Amino acid sequence: MAERLIELRDISKSYGQVYALGGVNLSVDRGEVVGLLGDNGAGKSTLIKILSGVVKPTSGEILVRGKPVTGWSAARSREAGIETVFQDRALAVQQTIVRNIFMGRELTGFMGFLRVNNEIEEASRLMREIGFTSKVFTPQSIVGQLSGGERQGVAIARAIYKQAELIVLDEPTTALSLTETAKVFHFVRQVRASGRSILFIGHNIHHVFDIADRFVVLDRGKVALTTDRSEVKSAEDLINFMEEVAHPGGLAGLHDAGDAEQRAR
Amino acid sequence: MSKTMEPDLHEPSAGIPRPSAQKEWKHPSDHWMRGFILDNRAALGTLAVFIVMMAVFMIANPTVFTTWYLYRSVLTTLPVALFVVVPLVFVVTCGEIDLSFPATMGFASWVFALVVQAGYDPFLGIAAALVTGMLLGFLVGSLVVYGGLSSLIATLGMNFLLRGLIQIINEGKSMALTSLSDSWAYTIFSSQVLGIPVQIFWAIGFVVLSAMLYNRHRFGAQVRVVGDNPDSAQQMGIDVKRVRVKVFVFVGIGAAIAGTFSVMINFTWWPTAGDGYLLPVLASVFVGGTPTWGGIGTVVGGAIGAVTVSFIQTGVVAAGLSGFYVQFFNGLIIILSLLGHKWNQARYR
Repeated sequence: MAERLIELRDISKSYGQVYALGGVNLSVDRGEVVGLLGDNGAGKSTLIKILSGVVKPTSGEILVRGKPVTGWSAARSREAGIETVFQDRALAVQQTIVRNIFMGRELTGFMGFLRVNNEIEEASRLMREIGFTSKVFTPQSIVGQLSGGERQGVAIARAIYKQAELIVLDEPTTALSLTETAKVFHFVRQVRASGRSILFIGHNIHHVFDIADRFVVLDRGKVALTTDRSEVKSAEDLINFMEEVAHPGGLAGLHDAGDAEQRAR
Repeated sequence: MSKTMEPDLHEPSAGIPRPSAQKEWKHPSDHWMRGFILDNRAALGTLAVFIVMMAVFMIANPTVFTTWYLYRSVLTTLPVALFVVVPLVFVVTCGEIDLSFPATMGFASWVFALVVQAGYDPFLGIAAALVTGMLLGFLVGSLVVYGGLSSLIATLGMNFLLRGLIQIINEGKSMALTSLSDSWAYTIFSSQVLGIPVQIFWAIGFVVLSAMLYNRHRFGAQVRVVGDNPDSAQQMGIDVKRVRVKVFVFVGIGAAIAGTFSVMINFTWWPTAGDGYLLPVLASVFVGGTPTWGGIGTVVGGAIGAVTVSFIQTGVVAAGLSGFYVQFFNGLIIILSLLGHKWNQARYR
């Protein structure tokens, strides 16, 4: 059994009278890729924000490597080795890849001047680590010249800097074409190969299905299912299950497969 | 996922010794010249505009443009503009604008004049002017950033407000500072070396230092990132508001130096000191190739822009045209430069 990297126990979050999360358990082991699924409004975003320390849970416990942590915050989350790649990619597109990777934590030497060569070397190492190499761009290329998938690569490279152990990817393949999605998967596999853990959030089940070791399905603020990849035969099984959860009582039978898939997206 | 869908991303094989990271990524067809031109295309474009303009002037009147006197007069007044153009490149890159610098120039040089007139050493006056400039920059910056105001309107208001204060207190009276001419400060900051006005050396030093600050320093890197995507900068832990205030403080410092230099040229402080610089300085920044939308810019380009703008007036008159043509040529150069930069640099989103 691999080491348990982080564990969220019985996490609840309410905004006034409205429950966003009601007693959610989620854990990620070292080197594991967990796919977090759920419809819009299921509580995925809230859970991610709690994990990255942006939002404080109403109740519940957070354990890092088995030890409970008090005073969880964005800084604590980073200290614990959690890096979140947010949905909007958050890149400065007119700047170089290097500038984006070192945004806010520039490598500086004498009197705050940048150690440009060190930054290029380090960026180059990070990019190679996730298999983000090419003949058409260099670490000094402008991010605006890159495709959507490649921009995700920049965000992921930025996330693995500083020995991040858990990379949280918030819907990284939304609005990407098939080839671009393939690029992102390539980076994700490289990150996993390097021994890091990944929490991959998506509502396109096919995307998550291809790379996750384990699935967690959220529904209306509760965990509806936790299952290993080996226990699920196909993506369709998972879709059917989510349909069943969303519309108990066989409403799923009213829809054909294509319709269900569309909603799952 | 089929194998063919994988992007063509290959690790370089381990056996091959790696040169430097920089070389390894280089495209085979890359030449250092190509990289240099691409990295500096805005500045180089401005330089091209300047060269063409000077060539036209020289053809129109070769004799005047070979006399040193013409260049000396430009080299005396140009530095004053440079000290504000360069910090403004930072402000515009940061996604803001500062129209209050003419009043800051007047205010800081007023403090300088008061100190000198009271009989203190001009160096003390310069120090006092710098502190005044920093404080005013901080005031303007805080108003914009913490007050959440539009920098275009707020700084315009501050320009009127500060200038108004100067006018009210001085009632339009100027100050003659004849004692300056035999001070050390004058020799160091405002005399001539081999017939070249020393101001230009200080200005060049300032431009070089600022260019390094812009391109090779944490401050410049954060200014660019904040101008490019403030939300992202915030997310990555940059204190966005602090960076924004800092660029206004930088303009305050530049304006204080500029104001002091302009007083030292004339030995006189006028309550209108700095007023004439508003439009030429703004024009210089944009002629220099810094776009209006923030995130990118060029300090060296801005400096070349300032040189271009200050040669227009001299050039038009020296070329034998009447002074009535100056405004027309000013406008022509601005429009042509903007069109050139539009074609020259793509905007990434």
